[in-house]
Amino acid sequence: MPTKNVAAGVRTGTYLYYRHTLPVRVMHWINVVALTILFLSGLNIFSAHPALYWGKSSYTGRGPFFEISAKENANGDLVGVTRLFGHNFTTTGVLGASAGDEGDRVPRAFPSWLTIPDSRWLAMARRWHLFFAWVFVLNGLCYLGYVIASRHLSRDLAPTRKDWRSIGASIIDHLRFRHAAGDEAKRYNVLQKLAYLAVIFILLPLVILMGFAMSPWLDSFLPGWVDIVGGRQSARSIHFVVAWLLLAFVLIHVFEVIVSGFWNQLRSMITGRYRVDVQARDETAR
Amino acid sequence: MKLRAKSPRRRFLARAMTAAGALTLSGCDALSRTTWFPRLLGSGEKISETAQHLLTPRRAMAQEFTEADRSPQFRSNGTSMPDSAEYEALAAREFADYRLQVSGLVTQPASFTLAGLRQLPSRTQITRHDCVEGWSAIGKWKGAKLSALLDVVQVRPEARFAVFYCADPMGDNGTDLYYESIDMDDAFHAQTILAYELNDEALPVKNGAPIRLRVERQLGYKHAKYVMRIELVDAFHHIAGGKGGYWEDNGYEWYAGI
Repeated sequence: MPTKNVAAGVRTGTYLYYRHTLPVRVMHWINVVALTILFLSGLNIFSAHPALYWGKSSYTGRGPFFEISAKENANGDLVGVTRLFGHNFTTTGVLGASAGDEGDRVPRAFPSWLTIPDSRWLAMARRWHLFFAWVFVLNGLCYLGYVIASRHLSRDLAPTRKDWRSIGASIIDHLRFRHAAGDEAKRYNVLQKLAYLAVIFILLPLVILMGFAMSPWLDSFLPGWVDIVGGRQSARSIHFVVAWLLLAFVLIHVFEVIVSGFWNQLRSMITGRYRVDVQARDETAR
Repeated sequence: MKLRAKSPRRRFLARAMTAAGALTLSGCDALSRTTWFPRLLGSGEKISETAQHLLTPRRAMAQEFTEADRSPQFRSNGTSMPDSAEYEALAAREFADYRLQVSGLVTQPASFTLAGLRQLPSRTQITRHDCVEGWSAIGKWKGAKLSALLDVVQVRPEARFAVFYCADPMGDNGTDLYYESIDMDDAFHAQTILAYELNDEALPVKNGAPIRLRVERQLGYKHAKYVMRIELVDAFHHIAGGKGGYWEDNGYEWYAGI
């Protein structure tokens, strides 16, 4: 176990630094659950019509730019075909055709292990999705209110002038998997800040707004507002693409957590406390 | 990499996380098959309906489009030809014998021929049809304003929903007929019409001839095709599966604004 608090100036030893407040921790884990369910149930909903279009409708004279389908080959076997900008890819087993309830290959856009529920069940997937959309949105609003009121946003997330100057060094550190230690680990680094801000203020609002744009009722809020992004089918496409960008963020986020000290990071998001190695201070001082 | 779990607590946590990952999906599927959990999830529908109605006035108009936005063909989904002898007989005589029955909580029950419906005040609108599956199509619809028809039959104040009974048999046994219901705000909405024309031609059978409901701010399944009878009611729990529509009885939301 780490040693207890050490006085400033002591060059060796470790102590636990209270890094994440309780509201942030709680909201983080609610977000993990909500986003996971939204993503997996979203893939089930998408499977009801696995094609993406650009424009106001799906039938504009132009075909979809992305489509997952199943075809029978010469032997009568089911083959999954994924088509992107006119290029066909065989994706049997994952996209287009994969194992069904009885283990036999059936047409389905995404495999059962990637969807909630596991079977093609649009009505149930919509229930999951539209319920957890509320969990996600309300949690997100609480988070925004909290980070502004508690100054977590201005103090910890907004990049400082020093941050901007260190951006080159931070990129090199990330590429070399060199991670902050000592006092540096108490703060977010600049790339981390920019990534979080991009997710909080660009990707998440965008995915929510594009969800709203798909609602025929909300389209009447200000008729024509959906055309800002090119129309309802464009909005649906953006919703889908942003969902995958969010997954990409999550994968990088989890990767960084693993390589920068998994247990320490995980504890800091559960108990709030992050172990700081005091002896590491000199190494990272720049 | 510092993934080695040294302490028993960490070993426990690692196992718990692995188990949680594996259980999440199967757990979700088990929950989907209970009765209580989908009902809990269904509360999202009520929240969405309330929030959307707070945000958007009940009379707000759905977006209308230009001729250039129209889809080359209007896709047919669900039933494209009702499997019923009665309907086939009507279609064979181009719906000359068609009578739309309007009954229930009205002072003047009435029936309308197709010609009679065409004499009612009409509305033409180019709107987008959003299917629950995810696709959209834009078409030009012309039809009798439902509000005008309801004024003729004089809706009684206790009426809360208009129920639309259709000609198309659904499901595996083919005995359940399609039906839908909307509330009175939607029934009297300016864009709610009983469409008899699509893209300047008589409504094709595949799109719901002779009459299809258009309720523009909701998803496609609310737009009942092959409407034969309208009943004004104060509740719909006694009708068919009790959820207010064929797809609603099969787990879809009654409020289809999202």
